[in-house]
Amino acid sequence: MIEVERLTKRYGAFTAVDDISFQVGKGEIVGFLGPNGAGKTTAMRVLTCFLPATEGTARIAGYDIFDNPLEVKKRIGYLPELPPLYRDMRVRTYLEFIAKIKGVATKESRRRIDEVIAQCGLVDRTEQLIGHLSKGYRQRVGLAQAILHDPEVIIMDEPTSGLDPNQIIEVRQLIRELAQKRTVILSTHILPEVEMTCNRVIIIHEGKIVAVDTPENLTAHTRDTTRFFVRISGDVDIAAKAIATIEGVSDVTHVNNGLHVHWPAKADLSAAVSARIVELGMGLVEMKREAMSLEEIFHALTIHEEEV
Amino acid sequence: MGNIMAIFDKEMRSYFGSPIAYVMAGVFLLFSGFVFRNQLLEFHDMAVYLKLAEREEKILLNVNTEVVTPFFEFQTFIWMIVIPMLTMRLYAEEKRGGTYELLMTSPITSAQILIGKFLACYVLYLLIEAMAFGYIGVLSMHAQLDWGPIFSGALAVVLIGATFISVGILASSLTENQIIAAVLSFFFLILLWIIDWAARFASDIFFVILRFLSLIEHTRDMIHGVVDTHDVVFFLSAAAFFLFLTHTVLESRRWRA
Repeated sequence: MIEVERLTKRYGAFTAVDDISFQVGKGEIVGFLGPNGAGKTTAMRVLTCFLPATEGTARIAGYDIFDNPLEVKKRIGYLPELPPLYRDMRVRTYLEFIAKIKGVATKESRRRIDEVIAQCGLVDRTEQLIGHLSKGYRQRVGLAQAILHDPEVIIMDEPTSGLDPNQIIEVRQLIRELAQKRTVILSTHILPEVEMTCNRVIIIHEGKIVAVDTPENLTAHTRDTTRFFVRISGDVDIAAKAIATIEGVSDVTHVNNGLHVHWPAKADLSAAVSARIVELGMGLVEMKREAMSLEEIFHALTIHEEEV
Repeated sequence: MGNIMAIFDKEMRSYFGSPIAYVMAGVFLLFSGFVFRNQLLEFHDMAVYLKLAEREEKILLNVNTEVVTPFFEFQTFIWMIVIPMLTMRLYAEEKRGGTYELLMTSPITSAQILIGKFLACYVLYLLIEAMAFGYIGVLSMHAQLDWGPIFSGALAVVLIGATFISVGILASSLTENQIIAAVLSFFFLILLWIIDWAARFASDIFFVILRFLSLIEHTRDMIHGVVDTHDVVFFLSAAAFFLFLTHTVLESRRWRA
């Protein structure tokens, strides 16, 4: 559905996007993950034909972004980070305007507008001025705008930024619904978001792709140590010292009401650790294997990149 | 065509949905009405004076040259101030509000956007101008008017408006700050207006060029009743030239560096 080949975008001497290539299949939800300034927005602006690429190209649904921008634009719904709204328009008027410029057939447009209004939960807001809507509702109008012409590809730049927790949950829910029959690219710097919504993650740092994988695999790949969370009844300090003496344990750290015990991924020391606790006459309340969070992986990957 | 109409509609809604259209129409009609009234009173005084003097020889007093011509001349001057305020938001506001990104990622060409915006502003201009012609309508009920110079003056107004608006749109496409856009258009318009003052001190070829570029020079004959095709062509090509420049500015963003 989306094929990106050696795409580079430079602003003068500054390289915002540096030789990235990737493909996205039909029906996938792909997350661009990276810190602010990593090049996520620039990459999206190139894909939506808003900015020209300096080198390389991309095809969306078979159409080249440089040779056939109009065909590409017909097939893309785009929600920029700041929803592109006219504050002095009413919600329905705004969507009517969008239907016209996105080329929705006049016969279809009324039905489509009603559909997206229902889908985005805007039914009781259609006659309000967009400038009077709350941020969460503006984001919904932005989403409605992006899906109005029923595009095959939806590109969203930080769709949940600036929303409160309830609104974030609603928007994520909406994205999952939309993605059922469409291809979605979204960008975020919030890691749990990709874990929750995406099939695949592309980690971008300083314009380069650092890693591409599923959220689960990324967790597995970068884990060269196993980590267990251990909770005991008894003196935590004594237990920590005792566990640290077990051969193979690389690190023991105190965390909120328990311990984190690390050892190399190849070994399995869970039996030894539990035996030691029992030997001390303490109760083993809880012991579970923990995957590293995407935050830690992301940190590890980007730090690693800087060292190279 | 549908896309042009969509943009045209949106801009019209924006002009009439906000105070802009009403305030600008009010300002223009007030100032041009003030000038019209003054010219009319002056004409009246002269007529009374000539009658009282009871002179033998006939002095021709013409309502066209005393009232209508100055009215047209002053109008173009007010438009130099009003038009930048109508055009300044056309692109600058979209860029500032992020909606420019929406337009540019929609399946619609920058030429369609430009034509839609130009037409919306131009139609608003013609509507306000049509109201100003009401003054002449009232005058025609009480005076014998020579309609020829009035039609040619109307033609001058129609043509110069297109040029002014295209200059204003160019200024708006250069920045995302509306104030800067307005100041740039004032600058361009006033420069094009007074450029023939510089002609007085220039020699030969520069004299011809500077005189040719001056907008005031090209309206003068038409307001006095002489329609010269070279003036008509001048305004049409000037409007086309500035719109073309605007289109180039907008498209240049898509050039590969």
